[in-house]
Amino acid sequence: MARIIVVTSGKGGVGKTTTSAAISMGLAKKGHKTVVIDFDVGLRNLDLIMGCERRVVYDFVNVINGEAALNQALIRDKHCEALSILPASQTRDKDALSLEGVGKILEDLSKDFDYIVCDSPAGIEKGAHLAMYFADDAFIVTNPEVSSVRDSDRMLGLLSSKSRRAELNQEPIKEYLLLSRYSPDRVKLGEMLSVQDVQEILSLHLLGVIPESKSVLNASNSGTPVILDEKSDAGQAYADIVARYLGEDKPHRFIDEKKGLFGKLFGSK
Amino acid sequence: MSLLDYFKISKAGSASIAKERLQILVAHERSSRNQPSYLPQLQRELLEVIKKYINVDQEAISFNFEQDDSQETLELNIVLPDLHAKN
Ligand SMILES: Nc1ncnc2c1ncn2[C@@H]1O[C@H](COP(=O)(O)OP(=O)(O)O)[C@@H](O)[C@H]1O
Ligand SMILES: [Mg+2]
Repeated sequence: MARIIVVTSGKGGVGKTTTSAAISMGLAKKGHKTVVIDFDVGLRNLDLIMGCERRVVYDFVNVINGEAALNQALIRDKHCEALSILPASQTRDKDALSLEGVGKILEDLSKDFDYIVCDSPAGIEKGAHLAMYFADDAFIVTNPEVSSVRDSDRMLGLLSSKSRRAELNQEPIKEYLLLSRYSPDRVKLGEMLSVQDVQEILSLHLLGVIPESKSVLNASNSGTPVILDEKSDAGQAYADIVARYLGEDKPHRFIDEKKGLFGKLFGSK
Repeated sequence: MSLLDYFKISKAGSASIAKERLQILVAHERSSRNQPSYLPQLQRELLEVIKKYINVDQEAISFNFEQDDSQETLELNIVLPDLHAKN
């Protein structure tokens, strides 16, 4: 039985796809058979971030409609044997995905994979609902900014009322906070909500902080998940997140500002 | 206090305002999330009944549902029309 992880946020552009690509690669690199699914029907971005856009033949919707078998649509990642990608369709039909169809595919994938990562579209409508409905764990990607925090809280409300686990009165979805695009320097200046602020407002377990980083754009330019850039801060942040999720004890990093020369000389603290 | 702190422009950051606004908003939205599903219908029906006796409009009536560990309360406030105004 696979564990189903939804990467969600409510708000768009906060780093869900970046996170889905990174953590699915991280889980696979640790030897877990992992599949990452793009639920953003109509847009389709995950394949681009994963660098497999030219290998897409069939997609999620083709499988649901019975036009292709699951193994025809799955793309094996070129960096890591254990990772597969199920791309989204570019159809304009918003109703292309159905709850039954998605449930059936997840059930089939559960037989072959250890982890299924669902990259949610933005919003709290149908697409986002389908992405989170079957989840066991939810990674709430939040930016330290008012509208993102508020949307994350709304998403928490949906996870606890409109998911399969909620409807069947099962143990609730495990929710984790991933605070992304964090700038410790701006927090220090009082310009940006701090990790503690966001945790206090959302009362969520913090899985990790991902700093605002140039390496994320570099990674997407070349189509390699940022976690493969092992020297980068964001890459390391995602590696820590995967390790923590798997139960390793890793102290949090990237929360305090890097001291510039000036700070070092005068010992700001 | 280190020397560096003297150089810092002392500017009250906007993050504390953000936090305060969010705390209020999130608390409000969480409590309305837990409202019973019959509340909107109850609200409409009560409004109809009240209108039979008092000439008030929508804005004069406010509903407030609150929940704590021991009890749930539904508070209904009606601002009555000006006594001297002719109905
Ligand atoms: N930690 C980060 N630092 C800098 N830029 C980031 C970071 N995370 C995401 N981004 C950028 O933010 C934009 C939106 O990210 P994306 O993962 O597509 O968000 P979503 O899937 O939530 O819409 C992209 O341009 C991405 O490169
Ligand atoms: Mg996305």
